[in-house]
Amino acid sequence: MLEVSGITQIFGGVTALEDVSFSIKKGDITGVIGPNGAGKTTLFNIISGIYTQSSGHVLLNNVDVSGQPPEKLARLGMVRTFQNIELFGGMTVLENVMVGLHTKSSSGLLACSLRMPWSRSEELNIRTAALKWLEFTGISELAEVTAGNISFGKGRLLEIARALAVEPGIILMDEPAAGLNSRETLGLARLIQRIRDLGITVVLVEHDMDLVMDICDRLLVLNLGRKLAEGTPQEIQENREVIAAYLGDAD
Amino acid sequence: MQFDQLLQYVLSGLSTGAIYALIGIGFSIIYNATGIINFAQGEFVMLGGMLTLLFLDSCKLPLWAAIPCAIAVSTASGMLFERLAIRPLRQPTPINLVIITIGGSILIRGLSMLLWGKDTHAIPPFSGEEPIAVGGATILPQHIWILGITLLIIAANKFYFYHTISGKAMRACAYNRRAAGLVGIDVRRMVLFSFIISSAMGSVAGIIVAPLTMTAYDVGVMLGLKGFCAAIIGGMSSGGATVVGGLILGILESLGAGLISSGYKDAIAFIILLLILFIRPQGLFGKAQSERV
Repeated sequence: MLEVSGITQIFGGVTALEDVSFSIKKGDITGVIGPNGAGKTTLFNIISGIYTQSSGHVLLNNVDVSGQPPEKLARLGMVRTFQNIELFGGMTVLENVMVGLHTKSSSGLLACSLRMPWSRSEELNIRTAALKWLEFTGISELAEVTAGNISFGKGRLLEIARALAVEPGIILMDEPAAGLNSRETLGLARLIQRIRDLGITVVLVEHDMDLVMDICDRLLVLNLGRKLAEGTPQEIQENREVIAAYLGDAD
Repeated sequence: MQFDQLLQYVLSGLSTGAIYALIGIGFSIIYNATGIINFAQGEFVMLGGMLTLLFLDSCKLPLWAAIPCAIAVSTASGMLFERLAIRPLRQPTPINLVIITIGGSILIRGLSMLLWGKDTHAIPPFSGEEPIAVGGATILPQHIWILGITLLIIAANKFYFYHTISGKAMRACAYNRRAAGLVGIDVRRMVLFSFIISSAMGSVAGIIVAPLTMTAYDVGVMLGLKGFCAAIIGGMSSGGATVVGGLILGILESLGAGLISSGYKDAIAFIILLLILFIRPQGLFGKAQSERV
């Protein structure tokens, strides 16, 4: 599904990532963990096309997508969400999701502006599809509310709904549980599992270890810009190097 | 002061205000999509009028055919402007972009002067010059054309931005460009669309006002600044607030010219512009700005 090989990222004189390679299997929930400053978010920004890496490659479904802009990647089926949710604040919740379906729209600017009948019915289709995703994430009752006015937790769900509307093959989530209370986090865990059940591959950066250990099929551990370990949550919990990185070495 | 006279000023202010509103919305659309003030906006207004004249005189087209041709060519030049002057910039900082639009406007104005000379020209009114009495005041048929066409365009604009996917995508770019890219919106294409829409609207404004005020190679400067002023009053909204801004400006100008002195007509616009920028930079109706950062 997603293959990352030999990613190195240098900012000025600082090496944020050094020769990181891993691959992610279709249909897995993979967690990327590591202490602060390990390079998790940098890795995400590279995979999702926000930064261009100093060297290395990102392969999506065996196609090299290194250096492609985010909108290209979205069309190729990879979307992401942000730690600080990024919404279209002045638009309604429903409109936010409808915009995610933009790529599915076939009639162009002209047809839309001239109010062609097929463009009208298409808008209805898009509206219906958008509502479906709001229901999936459980915020359909907020459909007509302005996105800037909803709570942080609901905003996160909206961001996920909008990303899902693109009908991605893989979704990257940057700290989806950050800023959520424990009840919301529980709901999020179930939601992520339901996303996986749709056949969508999930990759998340997360600090909430309970969440990560609970839902992830595999984990990737970064430390100081290098890959430290990779494996099932069970294996990672027993890995001495990982424990040392988190708790400090006993020696 | 008689009521009739006042009514007369307000009515003629409304129609100039409508023109300012159209131009102002053009400024706002580009600003919202790209974050830049397109100071070449006025030149597309000028091109609308001058190209109509070209198609009327040189190509001998009837007015109803010359107008769409002029709109098409002005829109194409707006598109070309984006492609040649805005898009190639690799590191577009706002200040670079603004300076480029100023340079572009000087270039377009210069080329127009070479092509059409410095003379002032008139376009025939769309339907006669028989004044119509409204209460104790009179208006020209062209005033009605201006108000009608402006209303139509504003309604179409509203429909586009709120009821089509492409329009919603453009609003999404205005709110959060990064997130827009991440959901697959081609932001650069939206920028091109914004230039297409605003040059088309600008040229329409230039065409419908030309029978009243005449047109020349340099009318874009003043009309552009007045439109900018309307957009500032409206807080750079691409909707109702800028329309109201344009109308307020038009009416104040016309009242000022009538009641004080016509020499102060342009000064009034710029006093308002400065006052708004000093006191309420977020526009008359805007909330304090926070979401565009």
